Amino acid sequence: MANMSLKKNEMPVQDPSVRRRNFEEVALGYTPEQAVDEANRCLNCKNKPCVGGCPVAIDIPAFIAKIKEQDFEGAYQIIHKSSSLPAVCGRVCPQETQCESKCVRGIKGEPVAIGRLERFVADWHMAHNKEEVKVPKQNGHRVAVIGAGPAGLTCAGDLAKRGYKVSVFEALHTAGGVLVYGIPQFRLPKEIVGKEIDNLKAMGVDIETNMVIGRIESIDELFDQGFEAVFIGTGAGLPRFMNIPGENLKGVYSANEFLTRVNLMKAYKEGSDTPIQHSRHVAVVGGGNVAMDAARCAMRLGAEKVSIVYRRSEKEMPARLEEVEHAKEEGIDFHVLTNPVEIVNDGNGFVGGMKCVKMELGEPDESGRRSPVVVEGSEFILDCDCVVMSIGTSPNPLIKNTTKNLEVNRRGCIVTQDDSGLTSREGVYAGGDAVTGAATVILAMGAGKSAAQAIDEYLQGK
Amino acid sequence: MYRIVKKKSLNPTVTLMEIEAPLVAKKAEPGQFIILRVDENGERIPLTVADYDREKGTITIIFQIVGATTEKLNHLNEGDSLHDFVGPLGVPSHVEGLKKVAVVGGGVGCAIAYPIAKKLHELGAEVHSIVGFRNKDLVILEDEFNAVSDKLCIRTDDGSYGDKGLVTDALKALIDAGEQYDEVIAIGPLIMMKFVCKLTKEYGIKTVVSMNPIMIDGTGMCGGCRLSVGGETKFACVDGPDFDGHLVDFDEAMERATMYKDFERHQYEDTCNLFKKEVK
Ligand SMILES: Cc1cc2nc3c(=O)[nH]c(=O)nc-3n(C[C@H](O)[C@H](O)[C@H](O)COP(=O)(O)OP(=O)(O)OC[C@H]3O[C@@H](n4cnc5c(N)ncnc54)[C@H](O)[C@@H]3O)c2cc1C
Ligand SMILES: Cc1cc2nc3c(=O)[nH]c(=O)nc-3n(C[C@H](O)[C@H](O)[C@H](O)COP(=O)(O)OP(=O)(O)OC[C@H]3O[C@@H](n4cnc5c(N)ncnc54)[C@H](O)[C@@H]3O)c2cc1C
Ligand code: SF4
Ligand code: SF4
Ligand code: FES
Ligand SMILES: [Mg+2]
Repeated sequence: MANMSLKKNEMPVQDPSVRRRNFEEVALGYTPEQAVDEANRCLNCKNKPCVGGCPVAIDIPAFIAKIKEQDFEGAYQIIHKSSSLPAVCGRVCPQETQCESKCVRGIKGEPVAIGRLERFVADWHMAHNKEEVKVPKQNGHRVAVIGAGPAGLTCAGDLAKRGYKVSVFEALHTAGGVLVYGIPQFRLPKEIVGKEIDNLKAMGVDIETNMVIGRIESIDELFDQGFEAVFIGTGAGLPRFMNIPGENLKGVYSANEFLTRVNLMKAYKEGSDTPIQHSRHVAVVGGGNVAMDAARCAMRLGAEKVSIVYRRSEKEMPARLEEVEHAKEEGIDFHVLTNPVEIVNDGNGFVGGMKCVKMELGEPDESGRRSPVVVEGSEFILDCDCVVMSIGTSPNPLIKNTTKNLEVNRRGCIVTQDDSGLTSREGVYAGGDAVTGAATVILAMGAGKSAAQAIDEYLQGK
Repeated sequence: MYRIVKKKSLNPTVTLMEIEAPLVAKKAEPGQFIILRVDENGERIPLTVADYDREKGTITIIFQIVGATTEKLNHLNEGDSLHDFVGPLGVPSHVEGLKKVAVVGGGVGCAIAYPIAKKLHELGAEVHSIVGFRNKDLVILEDEFNAVSDKLCIRTDDGSYGDKGLVTDALKALIDAGEQYDEVIAIGPLIMMKFVCKLTKEYGIKTVVSMNPIMIDGTGMCGGCRLSVGGETKFACVDGPDFDGHLVDFDEAMERATMYKDFERHQYEDTCNLFKKEVK
């Protein structure tokens, strides 16, 4: 019997007044009963509109049908055909603009909670599946993957399954990319990422950390060593600043620095040797997922007050809806239509406040978004002692600068010929944020998958 | 793992270690640095490649014990391993084409200056080294500098070794005596580099400094190492660490270096207590 409730089954969460001060996961996950009840809201539409909204085309009605039958492992196997990181994507995909935006149940009422169901199935599989990872039969070919984020890890996994000997080279001391250095523990527990990486290792993938490609080895040298193809999944990790006065004061961070100190270096924990400023009032500039994560981390570090400062209106915020809601529940202030113009010195070289102006929305620009314009005479000082700049990132130029004939565009993104991820160099493929600029986990994963397919075809055809 | 194959105390506060890291040793050039972590919860700290042996596959680091992490590092011994060791990072120093150079080193900065002096010497340049220390006990790398320098001036703040005085005075004396340098390379405490640059600017001599802001990743990802150079923001880990000293905003750099002073002091005290307990 279909469940005709207009509302999704609510996600059990940690109480906001408690979770705002701890780093434990916020969303606790559906119980099997909740999952089945939610699955029963799905109408199993013949034309599968929801699938069209998923960048990797997971057969959504099919996996949900398995949940209805309480065959959770069966559901997992269906998802796993299209996605290698369902426990991650079920947690961090912007579902409201992807799969769920196309769900017919969303026309009258809320769409089916596809993301939450995906997470449930993936977690169930992790907890119950005892099957050993199979080591695929080797085909004798070697492929190098640069960068251990979702793009690189997916590409490595898919190639390993096809029998390739894959080495993943990661610049940092831990594999995972943004999943470990950026997205905080309370949104994506690091054990989940760790488990995926252990699975890859069990399949025979070499993960070599502390390897900055472009410095220790160039791409050409990787070919000299016998790698027959290379996948570049180096992400878009170069932080942008606003270039306003006071930006180099003590207490001004890029979101990358702030989040790296907190997440990768565990500065929030007693006993970590990495310092982080414990501030009274933190202002986070920006309106994306990264800004929400930085703000919520600042709150958990003990700030009395945390403010998001965003120059457009809340409607234009690129962050996932859920993150904005969670941030608000945790007591984070939103100063929208506000733009910083200067960071003020407290007299000791630290941040003593931030001079801002009010904005109003003008005519829509070429992207269709209404661009903000300054309201004359609206200057004011926002009280704060720490500023986190979260206004975007672009690809790191290191690979470009050390690889001959690798074409990049004006924004520093690697140019690919088509969906295969082939670059201007034979045997060199790329995908994820390094190609698209800062985007999403699922797109990076999808790019890794397509590239694995293309590399396989290329090497088999050689 | 990155094994410590040699450890030697150069003076009471400065230690030399040779670390097994064959891939890094294959590529490292003077002016580059590495980032290491002592243990699993350790912070990432940058140290200059003081020397390398491509055959043996080792990198030499020389560090001054100034805080918690360098203290911990100094408690490791030959045969122990470092948890992480990544490099070579940064842009190698530009030494090609220089005919006559004054290399100015201050304190542990001499460890950073030495490989550059050595490289210049190998390339046939005339090298005048001016090295300064607080006192006699802190003098390091004297023989090494002697071997690669056409002229070596040692200065101590208290006159307990070499001549009493500052490296800037020694440099000024040489210039005034008619020495003509293509370039001055100054490496040491920020305050020393600032005053060397002030001096050489008056004389119009190009001066390169090696900057050492607080770093984490060392790959251009965090922006924590940013400096103002000629009014532009630069990331020392990828754009440097060498910069045109006449363009660097030293006052800002000095401010930024003190960002975590309180935390660092606390951490240092804790670490010292910890080791005292273990020693007992
Ligand atoms: C704070 C934050 C929150 C986010 N939240 C979400 C969200 O909720 N939902 C969502 O879908 N997306 C989110 N994103 C975006 C998403 O994380 C990225 O789009 C995705 O991780 C990109 O994957 P990638 O594999 O291309 O690159 P990355 O994850 O950036 O991984 C690249 C890896 O390559 C390594 N590397 C770089 N250069 C080199 C080199 N020269 N040699 C060796 N290794 C190198 C890097 O160290 C890194 O580990 C968020 C991003 C951030 C920063
Ligand atoms: C490119 C570069 C090369 C360097 N080479 C050498 C070298 O060859 N020998 C040497 O003795 N020192 C070198 N340093 C400085 C060295 O990194 C610091 O002395 C060390 O990090 C101090 O760590 P600590 O925990 O022992 O001391 P702390 O008490 O934590 O810090 C003492 C001071 O060191 C600086 N510092 C702290 N953390 C960092 C960090 N993560 N990165 C950079 N500076 C920091 C700060 O100014 C701080 O006030 C270099 C720094 C850079 C950036
Ligand atoms: S991967 Fe993302 S977009 Fe695709 S079904 Fe899952 S949650 Fe939706
Ligand atoms: S559109 Fe919605 S109701 Fe229809 S199959 Fe997809 S998830 Fe189920
Ligand atoms: S240390 Fe992070 S950008 Fe330089
Ligand atoms: Mg320290």
